[in-house]
Amino acid sequence: MLQEKLTVCRQRQLTADVFELTLQGKMATIAQQAGQFVDVLVPDQRYLLRRPFGITQVDAAKQQLTLIYRTVGQGTSILSQLKVGANLDTLGPLGNGFPTEFLQTKQHVLIIGGGTGIPPLYNLAQQLVARGVQVTSAIGFGTQKQIFYEAEFRALGAVHYATDDGSYGFHGHIGLLLDAEFATTHFDAIYACGPRGLLLAVNNRYREHPHAYISLESRMACGVGECYACVVPAEDQQALYKVCDDGPVFATGKVAI
Amino acid sequence: MNRLAVELPGLKLKNPIMPASGCFGFGQRYAAFYDLNQLGAIIIKAATVTPRTGNPTPRVAETTSGMLNAIGLQNPGLTAIMTEKLPWLAERYPDLPVIANVAGAKESDYVTVCQQISTVPNVKAIELNISCPNVAHGGMEFGTDPEAAYALTKACCAVSQVPLYVKLSPNMTDIRVIARAVEAAGAAGFTMINTLVGMQIDLKTRQPLLGNRTGGLSGPAIKPVAVRLINQVHQSSRLPIIGMGGVMSAEDTLELIMAGASAVAVGTANFSNPQACPDIIKALPQTMDRYQIKDLTSLIQEMAVTPV
Ligand SMILES: Cc1cc2nc3c(=O)[nH]c(=O)nc-3n(C[C@H](O)[C@H](O)[C@H](O)COP(=O)(O)OP(=O)(O)OC[C@H]3O[C@@H](n4cnc5c(N)ncnc54)[C@H](O)[C@@H]3O)c2cc1C
Ligand SMILES: Cc1cc2nc3c(=O)[nH]c(=O)nc-3n(C[C@H](O)[C@H](O)[C@H](O)COP(=O)(O)O)c2cc1C
Ligand code: FES
Repeated sequence: MLQEKLTVCRQRQLTADVFELTLQGKMATIAQQAGQFVDVLVPDQRYLLRRPFGITQVDAAKQQLTLIYRTVGQGTSILSQLKVGANLDTLGPLGNGFPTEFLQTKQHVLIIGGGTGIPPLYNLAQQLVARGVQVTSAIGFGTQKQIFYEAEFRALGAVHYATDDGSYGFHGHIGLLLDAEFATTHFDAIYACGPRGLLLAVNNRYREHPHAYISLESRMACGVGECYACVVPAEDQQALYKVCDDGPVFATGKVAI
Repeated sequence: MNRLAVELPGLKLKNPIMPASGCFGFGQRYAAFYDLNQLGAIIIKAATVTPRTGNPTPRVAETTSGMLNAIGLQNPGLTAIMTEKLPWLAERYPDLPVIANVAGAKESDYVTVCQQISTVPNVKAIELNISCPNVAHGGMEFGTDPEAAYALTKACCAVSQVPLYVKLSPNMTDIRVIARAVEAAGAAGFTMINTLVGMQIDLKTRQPLLGNRTGGLSGPAIKPVAVRLINQVHQSSRLPIIGMGGVMSAEDTLELIMAGASAVAVGTANFSNPQACPDIIKALPQTMDRYQIKDLTSLIQEMAVTPV
C-alpha cells in the first residue's frame, strides 16, 4: 500500500464516455492481485474524497498501470481532461483481489462483466491466461456503442456479448445469457464485476459454487479500512464487511448485495 | 526547546497535532503510511459498551470542499477496543498519548465506558462525545440540552481516572450555554467542533443520498464556523480547547490556535491525504517563522491574555 504521485503517460478515449488512463510510478512494481483497486485524488481542492478505480493492466517492467473509467460526475470529468505529464496523487494497491491460487493449468474459468465492471476482469483474464488457465468471458453492455476492449478480451479466449437492446450479441440481460449459454457448463471458477443486477444474477446462479467471486462497489471515505463508510452486511445480517478492506471481492453467498 | 510542544490537562504533547475521532479509526491502517510516533496524540474512534453496527449505507457523500457522513458510531465495542485496539497501539507506540472518544445511548452507557477505558495505561484523556448528529439516542441529545450535558459530564468525571474533555456540537443557537454547563460539571477541557447537520439529495432518485437521510458536514467548508465557535467559547471559559473543523494545513492549525485552541485535531483531511498529520507537523516550524511565532506555548499564552 503506497501513496504516490503517479504521472499520466497516456490518456485515450474508448467510447463516448469511457477513458483509458495509463499512469507511471513505482506502484506498478508492487505485486498485486487482479481485482485490487487504487484510490485517486481528483486534482482540484474542492474534491476531498478519493475516487476508487479497479486496475485494468499492470506493466511492472515499464512501471505502468492502466485504469479505465466512465465519466459519471465531476471527479471523472476532471480526470478526463488530464494531459500527459500531469501528476495524480494515488493510493494503492488497495483491498483484496480475486482468489486464483487454487487454479491449475488447463482449468477453465468464466469471467462475467458489465460496463465499467470489466476493468479489473481484464487484468484477471490476462494473468490467468499467462498461467495457462482457459478463460471464457460473458460481457454485458447497454448497447453496442458502449463496448470497449473487445479485441483485448477476444485475444484471451472466447467472448460472449449481451446487449440490453440486442444491437450486438445476445439480446437481453447478462443473467439470461448465462442461462442460455452456460447453464450446463462446468467452470473451475467464476469471477464477476459489474452493476448490481449483474452481481445479483451471478450471486443467485453460483451461490453453491466453491469458487465463485463477485466484486462490489461502495461509497468510500478512507479507502483503507478505518472509517466504516463502505460497509456491506453479511447475507445472514450477522456481520458488516468493509468493501475497501475485506473486499472489494467476496465469495458468492457471503454478502447482501 | 521544542517549539511545537504544548501542555493540556493529562496531555504532554510534543506537537499539537492529532487525528480526529472517526477519521483515523484506531490507526492500524495508517501505520502503513508513516510512523505514528510523529503524532502529538491520537483520538480513536468512538467506543460504546457493546459493538455498534451503525447506519444504513450510503454513509458518506461529498460536498463542495467538504463531506457529509452518517457512519452512526459503528465500532467494535468496549471489550474489543480494550483488549485488541489499545494494546496494539501501546505495544508499538508506547509514548503516544491516546484520547478515547466515548459515546452511548444513555447515561449509564457513557459511565461504564469512561470508568473502564480510563484504566487503560495509554489512555491519557477522554473525549466525551455528546455531539454526534447521526444517532437517534444519546449523542447530540445530551450535547444540546445544558441540564443533560451537566448531569452526564458530572457522572463521567466522577468515575474517570483521566481528565475529561467534552466534545461540543456546533448545532446550537448559543454554544456557550453547553460550555458553561460542562465546565461547571468538572470537565477538564473542550474539544470542538463536531460536524454540522446537513443533507444532500440525489437528483436521479429524488431521495436523500445518505441512507440516514442526514449527516454531519466536515472538512474545509466548516472551518470558518469552527474558528468562530472556538473563539466564542475561548472568550467565555478558561478551560483549554482542542480545536478541529476543516484543518488541512499548518496555516489552518495556527488559525485555530489564534482563535483559542491549545491543540488541533485533523479529521477529513486524512481521507484526502493519509499523511495529512505528519505533513502539517513538518510544515509547522517554517510556517511559524513566516508569522513570527517563536513557539506554540507562548502563542497560546498570548491568546489567553489578549484574545482576538
Ligand atoms: C472498488 C471500486 C472500484 C471501481 N472501479 C471502477 C472502474 O474500474 N471504472 C469506473 O469507471 N468506475 C469504477 N468505480 C466507480 C467509481 O469510483 C465512480 O464512478 C467514481 O468515484 C465517480 O466519481 P465522480 O466524481 O465522477 O462522480 P460523483 O458522482 O460526482 O462523485 C461524488 C462522490 O460519490 C462517489 N461515487 C460516485 N459513484 C460511485 C460508485 N459507483 N462507487 C463508489 N463511489 C462512488 C465518488 O467517489 C465521490 O466521492 C469503482 C468503485 C469502487 C468502489
Ligand atoms: C467519517 C467521520 C466519522 C466521524 N466519527 C466520529 C466519532 O466517532 N466520534 C466523534 O466524536 N466525532 C466523529 N467525527 C467528527 C470528527 O471527529 C470532527 O469533529 C469533524 O469531522 C470536524 O473535523 P474535520 O473537518 O477536520 O473533519 C467523524 C467525522 C467523520 C468525517
Ligand atoms: S472506506 Fe473507510 S472503511 Fe472502507
